[in-house]
Amino acid sequence: MGLLIQGIRAVDPGNRLDQVGDILIEDGKFLVIGKNLQGSFDNVIKGDGLCLVPGFVDPHVHFREPGYEHKETIETGIHAALHGGYVGCVTMPNTNPPCDTQSVVAHILRRAKELNFNLFPCGTISKRREGKEISEMAELKRAGCVAVSDDGSYVSNSLLMRHAMEYASMWDLLVISHAIDTDLSQVGVMNEGRMSTLLGLKGSPNAAEAIAAWRDIALSKLTKARLHLAHVSTREVVKLVREAKREGLPVTCEVTPHHLALTDEAIGNYDTNFKMNPPLRTPEDIEEIVAGLKDGTVDCIGTDHAPHAPEEKELEFADAPFGNTGLETAFGVVLTELYHKRGMSLQDVIMKMSVRPCELIGVKRFNEIREGFLANVSIVDLNREWEVRKEDFHSKSVNSCFVGKKLKGKVLHTICNGKVYSFI
Amino acid sequence: MSKSWTRKDLLGLRDLRREEIELILKTAESFKEVSTRPIKKVPTLRGRTVVNFFFEPSTRTRASFEIAERRLSADTISFSSSGSSMEKGETLLDTAKNIEALKADLIVMRHSASGAPHRLSQSISAGIINAGDGTNEHPTQALLDMFTMKEKKGRIEGLHVVYIGDILHSRVARSNIWGLMKLGARVTVCGPKTLLPIEVDKLGVRVTTKVEEAIEGADAITLLRIQLERQKEPFFPSVREYASTFGITRERLKMAKKDVIIMHPGPINRGVEIADDVVNGPYSVILDQVTNGIAVRMAVLYLLSQVRG
Repeated sequence: MGLLIQGIRAVDPGNRLDQVGDILIEDGKFLVIGKNLQGSFDNVIKGDGLCLVPGFVDPHVHFREPGYEHKETIETGIHAALHGGYVGCVTMPNTNPPCDTQSVVAHILRRAKELNFNLFPCGTISKRREGKEISEMAELKRAGCVAVSDDGSYVSNSLLMRHAMEYASMWDLLVISHAIDTDLSQVGVMNEGRMSTLLGLKGSPNAAEAIAAWRDIALSKLTKARLHLAHVSTREVVKLVREAKREGLPVTCEVTPHHLALTDEAIGNYDTNFKMNPPLRTPEDIEEIVAGLKDGTVDCIGTDHAPHAPEEKELEFADAPFGNTGLETAFGVVLTELYHKRGMSLQDVIMKMSVRPCELIGVKRFNEIREGFLANVSIVDLNREWEVRKEDFHSKSVNSCFVGKKLKGKVLHTICNGKVYSFI
Repeated sequence: MSKSWTRKDLLGLRDLRREEIELILKTAESFKEVSTRPIKKVPTLRGRTVVNFFFEPSTRTRASFEIAERRLSADTISFSSSGSSMEKGETLLDTAKNIEALKADLIVMRHSASGAPHRLSQSISAGIINAGDGTNEHPTQALLDMFTMKEKKGRIEGLHVVYIGDILHSRVARSNIWGLMKLGARVTVCGPKTLLPIEVDKLGVRVTTKVEEAIEGADAITLLRIQLERQKEPFFPSVREYASTFGITRERLKMAKKDVIIMHPGPINRGVEIADDVVNGPYSVILDQVTNGIAVRMAVLYLLSQVRG
């Protein structure tokens, strides 16, 4: 009967669990978390040297459906997520039509249910993402949205943003800001600095992010709305968030795996897989981001999984779209960079990847490792080394900036809503 | 404590003492009877000149004042001009001096700028009645609201009075807040957060963005019009969503007291802030408010004219 996971280290910092033992899952639920369980079992996973952790939750993905199914569909996005150890994702609303009406929200939730996955739709801040009128947030909330964002675009009208934040706070929706002042960054395609001069590409300065983030923090103070800064890439914004938190403001932020692993040096041969927005920055930025992750300033990891078709990416650097896929490499990158290289504890890594994201979007910890709970977990090998290969991706797109990289730490199984997916 | 009226002007309820408000309401009671007579006229203000100066479009307030003045036998003249003095190249003070030269006894003034009647009152000797200044006060509307509440409920003290809608731009809500609190009512304001004035709770009112919470246990509910013309600034996404989240329906009214009264300063937008069957329903006192407005304005005109001797 059931699935026995034998001799595994189970870690859930959300409920102070860290023990080696046996785990019995029956009908998809944790039946016993104990030691030396005896009996006959339908299925056994040997957990020696492995870890069972709460399944990851990504606060920031682009699944492109409806409208851009040639890049990714909800189904292929979910496949990528499961391979990356994820059991839940917040889908960004820059689809076509954008997620600004209840029918789009309903479509996303219906697909998630059919595919046995947990999606948390993020609606738009403004109608049609045009930055002119507030979207119908009461309707979006009733339909199932957990947050609002015009991700991909900065809400440049401060008055609209103020009212949107006031309005969102009434419905307890998290406001996710894509904080880059586009009046300043213009068409900058990479970080503005030594490398942009060297390569002759138009740069986007750190200041474009700091200005935008500071405005939104000020508005959060004014409106008391919960503000989440997406994909923070600069040291200045980490410092701003640290100060905002010290002041007690409801401000949180995330960083992507690529912003903590790579710098603008990687763009050397104009590979468009290294073109993202915000752009890859400098070692000084990475240092502050890591410090922010360690001291709690940076709440969580968000991949900004942004698939694009090959024919879209295989263009001149200036013309290719921004974005790279991230779900399938996130755990490996985060573990390599933070746990192995910089000594961050596994508990802290799990807080950033599994626990805090749930808290931010205001959903119950559905991925808790606790008897009676539906199993939403990942089984990982902290020390497994592997090379990222283009042919191994399950996302519909392969625009990863980690192809060819060696990572340490791999997801072997994901159990999502009680269903087991094995990748070995 | 003086029982008589001593002020030259009626600029707002914020400055009035409780006894002054009560005096107006009491005086209005006796004037209400006049409007029920076949010959609706008394000689109280005969020989007095009242100028109605409307710097902002108004239909119902102006009509109400004009009727009140005529029933008191005053000589009246009405000016209307949209826009401020500035737009015509004249200062507010020059405008005031011109009105002064007309030898008016009382000036009823509506202006789109908050504080305009207050500025004017300092430089002219005629009594000024504020008929609505910007987003500041509309004292005679609040007085007629309180008169109606008192008439229907027998008291103001201890009533739970709720305002729902655009509180931010509402001079009606502001005047009522001042008046009702002085008379001992409990006041709740409710609306989208974008349309609630910042720190409005500091005035001593209860604030909520949840309409069900606001209505619960209410004795009187005033609905404020959502000013569609203000939608140039993005305060809320759509009339549709406003109606579904803040509109008062029979269903939502079940949360209020059984004998709740529904009020509205007009003009109403049926199907937006108030459902059609609520306007027509038994708890609606919207038309009583209009009738009572005449009595209250007669009382104010009378009291102010007495001060001038």
